[in-house]
Amino acid sequence: MADNETDIEGQPRIAPDAGAADDARPWGEQTRVVGNRRPRVDAWERVSGAAVFPSDLVLPGMLHAAVLGSPHANARVTAIDTSRAERMPGVYAVISRNTPEANPDWDYFSAHSGKLFYDHCRFEGDAVAAVAAQSPYQAHDALRAIQVEYEILPFVSDELEALKPGAPEVHSGGNRAGTQTYARGNIEQGFSEADLVLEQRYRTASEMHTPLEPHGCVARWDGDSLTVWESTQGVYAVQSKIADVLKLPLSRVRVIGHYVGGAFGSKLRTDKYAIIAALLARRVNRPVKLFMTREQTLLTQGNRPPATMTVKAGVKKDGTLTAIQFSGIGASGAYKAGGTSLLDWLAKDLYRCANVSTELTDVYINAQPARPFRAPGYVQCSWAMEQMMDALADGLGMDPVELRLRNIPAGTQARDDKPYTTDGLRLCIEQGARAFGWQEARAAAAQHSKGHLQRGVGMAAANWYAGDGGPPSTVIVRLYADGTANLNMGASDIGTGTKTVMAMVVAEEFGVDPDAVQIEHADTGTTQYATPSGGSKTVPTEAPAVRRACLAVKSQLLDMAAQQLGRPREEIVFDGDHLRTTDGLESLAIRELDRLRKQKVVVGVGQRQSNPQGVSITPFAAQFCEVEVNTLTGEVRLLRMLGSNESGRVINRLTWDGQLIGGITMGVGYATTERRVLDGPTGKLCNKNWHDYKLPTTLDVPAEVISEPIMLTDEQANIVGAKGLGEPVTIPTAGAIANAVAHALGMRLYDTPINPVTLIERVAAREA
Amino acid sequence: MCPRKRKPPVTPPAANPDGWAGFTRRAFIKTWSAGTLTLAVGHNAMSSETAQPDETLAADEPVQLTLDVNGRPHAVLVEPRWTLLHVLREELGLTAAKSGCERGECGACTVLIDDLPRYACLTLALEAEGRRIETAEGLMDGGQLGQVQASFMKEDGLQCGYCTPGQIMAAEGLLRQNPEPTFDEIRRGMSGNLCRCGAYASIFSAVADAATHRKG
Repeated sequence: MADNETDIEGQPRIAPDAGAADDARPWGEQTRVVGNRRPRVDAWERVSGAAVFPSDLVLPGMLHAAVLGSPHANARVTAIDTSRAERMPGVYAVISRNTPEANPDWDYFSAHSGKLFYDHCRFEGDAVAAVAAQSPYQAHDALRAIQVEYEILPFVSDELEALKPGAPEVHSGGNRAGTQTYARGNIEQGFSEADLVLEQRYRTASEMHTPLEPHGCVARWDGDSLTVWESTQGVYAVQSKIADVLKLPLSRVRVIGHYVGGAFGSKLRTDKYAIIAALLARRVNRPVKLFMTREQTLLTQGNRPPATMTVKAGVKKDGTLTAIQFSGIGASGAYKAGGTSLLDWLAKDLYRCANVSTELTDVYINAQPARPFRAPGYVQCSWAMEQMMDALADGLGMDPVELRLRNIPAGTQARDDKPYTTDGLRLCIEQGARAFGWQEARAAAAQHSKGHLQRGVGMAAANWYAGDGGPPSTVIVRLYADGTANLNMGASDIGTGTKTVMAMVVAEEFGVDPDAVQIEHADTGTTQYATPSGGSKTVPTEAPAVRRACLAVKSQLLDMAAQQLGRPREEIVFDGDHLRTTDGLESLAIRELDRLRKQKVVVGVGQRQSNPQGVSITPFAAQFCEVEVNTLTGEVRLLRMLGSNESGRVINRLTWDGQLIGGITMGVGYATTERRVLDGPTGKLCNKNWHDYKLPTTLDVPAEVISEPIMLTDEQANIVGAKGLGEPVTIPTAGAIANAVAHALGMRLYDTPINPVTLIERVAAREA
Repeated sequence: MCPRKRKPPVTPPAANPDGWAGFTRRAFIKTWSAGTLTLAVGHNAMSSETAQPDETLAADEPVQLTLDVNGRPHAVLVEPRWTLLHVLREELGLTAAKSGCERGECGACTVLIDDLPRYACLTLALEAEGRRIETAEGLMDGGQLGQVQASFMKEDGLQCGYCTPGQIMAAEGLLRQNPEPTFDEIRRGMSGNLCRCGAYASIFSAVADAATHRKG
């Protein structure tokens, strides 16, 4: 509740915000702009080709850089000779460990310190040297002329092998990167109360982000000031990392990221490339563009770690869950990077269960460090838990929807049972099942099956722990004399439609069209502080701050109107782009305010207030899926999918539906096409391109995707009533597909991906 | 200006728009790995791996050529190994076509060459001389969006927007070949373009919308 909101600790309240919005409530049902289907305010730029992505940038005198990576899974660099490369046409600079002045300290997630170009390359692709040249062709020519001598070391690329005694050690001291346990209730008692106990092991392959725009940046120095145009989810996060590594004051590092060609968690932080680009640019005193090759993005720029999960669960005949025991093994990669982050969260939080114990083991392997990937941990855990729920339902002879509905918790069990602000999980499952025609489709699947074409229907549900958003965030709104507005915020729009949502908030408040809102964003030099766009927290973090800034402007407009009309402030209200007296006798447009016309601009500052204590603001989801499995070819045809989401207020229905469509597509890839393959004999990545690493294409997605939002306003969440959506839309997809395939086949596949090869193997094994 | 020894430009007969595509990826890789670029004259010769080249160019020795891009001739000095994508983006400043993989897997670089969608990252600038090259910038009429672009905007056939100009050119090419595609034809026609944001369902709607409005 707004009343419970308190100022952010240590953040002074800025004058224009004072008294503006303390009693503000989310909008009522009647809104003019919010809730509409609204094309993006920057759609013209994106479809015309005019949008300048960081990789599109061409600056005068700009050189092109390229990075040489170690070709081995684990190797020590014993010598580097760059002399031939330095003499090649068009080459301006070569840096490596031989250039100590251009080899600062670098650490991957702080657990292990090293250098930018480190002697010990613990994963394939780690940087060994870099070149700046006139053209990218010349830069890559020069890379091939660099002579590196490696001492090839033993490696381990499988996390289960890595835990065995005698396995090669990624770091001395063993391959356990961390362990974590959790327990509530009494697990043994829980199992003893159960009428049915099942135990199963599940394995999910590593998934790689591969956004269409490769990772990279353009760096330029003006004296001792550095400007970096980076493809990123968070300009301020990039700024602090660069300043830290290069020992620069924050005020000497400006990071701009107006557009970003996809990210999915892999561009929350920056990487060595930004440091390399800056060092090369300083060395040659010219701007330098450095974008990773596609192969390098697959080798070094992020992955969802693989997971091996064992779930043991007990249930009573009436469907009450009595015990869940979850153990998960994940792989950080060569450096500690959250290989089991949030991996057990759904097991301990999604369904009501008094007795839960979990154990997580994070493992070092000789592969690139993991990165957060759209709902880290949750997507893996959902694959296991949602299949277990269906297996329990099968065992009890209960409908899978019914089993889930009998285990809806009232609050977040992993966080002291804090009550949820909505009954979103139940709403998503019930409303989604109804809209999908669950019972009819489930019953009709058998009669639609003919010979080798078997029909199946499945579902899965989810929540997401971070969809509440929160401070810090500061936004400035300026209202111009003609009633149009400028919005200044630091957040990136990573393709989710952030700019459009925020423009709609401003438009709602000032009674203008969203196109009348000019947006400055994602520039540490000119826009306000924002955390990276990730965690499904951008709308619930930024939109309330945007609205508060608008309310701060409106408070000043009320004073102006009161003065002009000679009425007390309390007798004046806003009506679209007008102010009118409550008696209806007088009205004037905002742009007719004398003070505004004289002053030219009114400034409002909004800050994101803290979330209310004592409640859990959580988004929920459920997905339903119908498939046809060809038992001769192993193909799975996705006939239709429905996604039901409760993320509070729907601000832009068009981009809301787009999030769902995209989340489902990504989940289809996780369930059916994507898998990182590290070669057994060499530890090298086998599928380091999009030919071999299969993303879903137009031919792999369901012909029909239905979006079924739960239309409600989460009154307690914040002053716009919205929660995050970007992750909840992808968490249940893979599990729903697996359950539908199991329904079709009458047997389960426990490992991702379910592709024609893995499926037909199981079918053949059953028939044999 | 660098001296040039190249004589006739590569101009396969326009009557057979597919003929030139016989410059196979295999042959390309073969010549590429040899460090020089073998340039054969005549599309029949290009389509045969046993063709005898009548001329060999050093891969990095610049040559002058004229590219017809969006209806305007552009005289450019290019290294024979440069892709059309590199020349469009870095030399001509036309950055709608994006670089996603540089190996013909994602379609972010899709342009139209003589009305057909082509991967500009797998097309040498040299190969494109004498052809009509169109990029997303070329679909615009001043500041007005072309129909396919307007439909992508209306149906939100995009998220981050990086693959979008390529998707739009693939759709434009599809609709020029087949003005009234079925759903399945749209799906197949767009299957050469990856969208990691996963906006495919909205892309289908956008292409269908564009087809409807182009008819009118």
